[in-house]
Amino acid sequence: MAVTWAAAGIATRRRFAAMGRPALIASAAAAGALALVAVIGPWIAPYDPNATDVLAAGQDPSAQHLLGTDSLGRDILSRALAGARLSFAGPAMIVLISTVLGTALAIFSAWHGGWIDRMANRLLNVMFAVPGVLVAVLSSAVFGAGFWAPVLALGVVYTPYMARVVRSMAIRERHQGYVESLQLAGMSSWRIGVRHLAPNVMPIVVAQATYGFGSALADFAAVSFIGLGIQPPQAEWGVMVSDGRSELLDGAPQQTLVAGTLIVVTVIAFNILGAQLSTRSGGRR
Amino acid sequence: MTADTRSDLVLDVKGLSKIFHSRTGGAREALRDVSFSVERGSCLAVVGESGSGKTTAARIVAGLETASGGTVELNAPRPAGARHRGVQMVFQDPYGSLDPRQAIGSGLHELLKLHGMRRKADRTSRVTELLESVGLDERHAGQHPESLSGGQRQRVAIARALALEPALLILDEAVSALDVSVQAQVLNLLADIREQTAISYLFVSHDLGVVRQVSDTCIVLQDGRLVEAGRTADILDSPQQPYTQALIDAVPRPGWRPRRRTA
Repeated sequence: MAVTWAAAGIATRRRFAAMGRPALIASAAAAGALALVAVIGPWIAPYDPNATDVLAAGQDPSAQHLLGTDSLGRDILSRALAGARLSFAGPAMIVLISTVLGTALAIFSAWHGGWIDRMANRLLNVMFAVPGVLVAVLSSAVFGAGFWAPVLALGVVYTPYMARVVRSMAIRERHQGYVESLQLAGMSSWRIGVRHLAPNVMPIVVAQATYGFGSALADFAAVSFIGLGIQPPQAEWGVMVSDGRSELLDGAPQQTLVAGTLIVVTVIAFNILGAQLSTRSGGRR
Repeated sequence: MTADTRSDLVLDVKGLSKIFHSRTGGAREALRDVSFSVERGSCLAVVGESGSGKTTAARIVAGLETASGGTVELNAPRPAGARHRGVQMVFQDPYGSLDPRQAIGSGLHELLKLHGMRRKADRTSRVTELLESVGLDERHAGQHPESLSGGQRQRVAIARALALEPALLILDEAVSALDVSVQAQVLNLLADIREQTAISYLFVSHDLGVVRQVSDTCIVLQDGRLVEAGRTADILDSPQQPYTQALIDAVPRPGWRPRRRTA
C-alpha cells in the first residue's frame, strides 16, 4: 500500500488542494480527532486490548463487542482504539526525524549555495531513488524487528522529501534583502538561520510534515503488516490487518476491515490537510 | 573627488573588477577597472542602464560579493560595540527588505542589541527616535511589514540601516520601486538625515532626475566600465560622452527640468 501511495502523484494533490476551505476544515477535524484517539485511545478502550477470551472468539458485532472479536476473543474496538497510539507514534517519530534532518540540511545548503548546495542536491536525488519500505525492511533485518528499526530507517528515507521543498523556499528567502541586511549588520549565519530563515520557511515545513505523516503512517503499518515492525500481540493497525487475514478467509473480515479503514481514512485526512496547508503557505506543489 | 580632499574619503575604490563564472564554463565581466571614491558627508551617485554593473559595484562595496580584482578601502571608524564594517545597504525591493515574521519594533530592538545596546530602556527610546527620524511613530513599532505600504517599509529599512550608525549608506535603487510622491518624501528624508549626521551615501540609480536631486558627484557606468565621473550638475548639464548623453536623452520626460534641491 505504501509504494502505490508514494506514486499517487501530483494530480491527486492538485485535486486535494483545489477543494478549498471546507476540505481544510473537514480534513483538519478528521486528523485532529484521529490524533486525539491516538492519545487517549488506550484509556477509552472498553476492554483490555490484549485480554483473550476463547469462549467469545470470532464473534460478530454485538452490544457487548461493538465491532466483534477476533479469533482469540479480543475486542476489536478496544484493539483499534489502543492500537491508534502505536500506529501514530511511529509516523510521528518518522516525521520528527525527517523534519529536523531535512530542514537543517535544506537551510544549510541553501545558505552556503555553490558546490555545497550542488552536493546536497545530488545526495537528495540519490536518496529519492531509495524505496522507503525496502530500507525499513533491511533495517529491521539488521537491527531486529520492533519500533525503532523501521522508524529510524523511514525517518532518513523521508528526509529528502522535506529537504527538497524547504530548500527551494530557503533559496528564495536567502537572497531577500532582509537576510542580506542582517548579514551586513554583523549577525551570525547561525542566528540568521535559526531566528529568521527557519520561521519563514516554517509554514511549508508544517505542510510537508503533514503530507509526510500520512505516507509515513502507511509505510510504518506496512512494515508491521509484514511482521518486521510492531510485533503481535501488541495492538497496532498494521498488525491488526495482518492478524485478520485468517479470519478474512473464514468470512469474518471485521478486524482487517476496521484496521484497514482506519489506515486509509487517516492517510486521506492527512494528505488533504497537507495539500490544503501547502497551498495556503505559498509553497509550490 | 579632487586630490586635495583625498584624506577625507570614506570610501576609496581602485581598479575594481568582477568576473562572474557560469556553471557551463562561460564568464561574464561585470566590472572592469572601475575606480571611484566618496568624500565624507557627500553623496556619490552611480548611474547606468540595467546590466551596467552598478548593483554589482554596490554589493562589492557592501561586502556581499567578493571582487575579482582591485581594492576597496573603507575609512569608516567603527562605532563602539558595532559588529559591522561601517557600511549598511538599503535594497531595491521594499517587499523583501523586512522579515515578514517580525514586528518592526522587535526587529529594531534586535539590531540595537546586536549593536551593543544592552539596556532595554535605552533601546526603547532609540527605537522611537529612529522611527520618528524616518517619519513613522511608535504605533508602527507593533506592526508587521504586511500592514505597511511600500514607502513605509522602505523607511523602516532606512531606519534599520541608520540604527547601526554606518559611515556609508548604500542605497541600491532604494526609491525606484516607490511611487513619485513617496519617492519625494524618502528623498527629502535622506537629505535631512545627511544634514543632521556625517553620513555619506552611495546612491545607485537609473533615474537621472533623482540623481540630480540628491547627489554631489556621480559616475556613469557602461557595460562594467567607467565612462564618466565628476560633479553631478556638470555631467548632467554638459555630458562629455555620447553614452551619458544617450542616458540623459532617454529620460521619458522631454522638457522636464528638475531643480536642484536647495539644502
